[in-house]
Amino acid sequence: MAQLVATLASTHHPFYLRATTMPPEQQMPQAPEWKRKIEAYRETLERTKPDILVMIGSDHFHQIFLDNCPQFLIGKAPRYDATFYNEEREFGIPKYVLDGDEDMSGFMHQHLMDQDFDFAFSNELKIDHSIICPIITVRPDADLPVVPIYTNIFAPPLPSPRRFYNLGRAIRKAIDAYPSDKRVAAIGTGHLSLELGGPRQFMETGPDPEFDRQAIEWLRNGDIDAILANVDHESMAKSGNATHGFLNFILMLGVAGPEGADYVDNLDLFHTMEAYFTWYPKEAAA
Amino acid sequence: MSKYYVNKFLFTTDRDPEYLKRYTEDPRNFVATWEQSIGPRLNDAEMSTVNFFTPEERAALINHDYVALFEMGAHFFLNLTIFIGIYDEPYMEKSGPLAFQKEFAAKLQHWKGKEYPSVAT
Repeated sequence: MAQLVATLASTHHPFYLRATTMPPEQQMPQAPEWKRKIEAYRETLERTKPDILVMIGSDHFHQIFLDNCPQFLIGKAPRYDATFYNEEREFGIPKYVLDGDEDMSGFMHQHLMDQDFDFAFSNELKIDHSIICPIITVRPDADLPVVPIYTNIFAPPLPSPRRFYNLGRAIRKAIDAYPSDKRVAAIGTGHLSLELGGPRQFMETGPDPEFDRQAIEWLRNGDIDAILANVDHESMAKSGNATHGFLNFILMLGVAGPEGADYVDNLDLFHTMEAYFTWYPKEAAA
Repeated sequence: MSKYYVNKFLFTTDRDPEYLKRYTEDPRNFVATWEQSIGPRLNDAEMSTVNFFTPEERAALINHDYVALFEMGAHFFLNLTIFIGIYDEPYMEKSGPLAFQKEFAAKLQHWKGKEYPSVAT
């Protein structure tokens, strides 16, 4: 059976590449520290020598729109183009072509259906920065095949936090059951408190630093009970209108299981708290 | 009210460099063109006949009025991204990084602490 070798959950900041590659005299003061933290985080994946990446993200109205809006979707294609015109324009993110793994996508789709997660699927998926940002940060050579999974954190009504956690558990079961000798890493990105297009956007900190501090502790401790007791759609909206990206962290904790994280780091940037978590399955780490 | 159709305007215009240029330079004419021949398109062969703007929605789009669009429940991501595409560079040249984003936030301060208009469609 396939082996899950690492679970990574992080924020995705689309300006990372531009912020750390512009001429040094134009860089923001935190750019060198940000780069160091990202490179240290990259090492937590590198040391596990993965063969395939299961990537969890959320399309930001690039391919998916309100005329046809799935809650959960899996890509099943031999290759995936990435980066849309308006992402290049706004964030300076380059285009990529990532290899897929149709066999693993097909297996996972069926396995998730058998676990009562009725996924939508796409045979022609162009992926956006929710999946390319972590490629840039933790696998910049973009040299591994991916199984992309999209969640709806954007267009209400959204699935519940518990559903996201249970989906993470189901994804873990599907990876564990995949008949292959491949080493699989699961990588998902989202947000802590975040405001976009509202009165609290682009402040000196994220819109709710207290939530950010608390969320990092919950994830550090793998405390799913505290998360589910304290986080719902209404509370996330109070913490910032785009805070629902935290649902992907809840999903990733489901992939890892309710355990303390093996690696935790964070960085207070203008307008967001960046956070980086890695879990190693205990049987593999022993 | 057609929140969906307003979002469709923002979505289709932001993702196309030629449309965005026309919306930047001549919003009144571009909105008229969009209503006539871009908005109704379902695909290369099919046209939809069921969606229309209200006069308020049309005016907000013509005026690049992101405050009104926020208050109508246009999706926050679409409403921000398209106007960053139009205003980020000129504001940056005049007033430095994030100047437009900060002005956008300042104009919405009366919503701070309140429940925002729903973006559900």
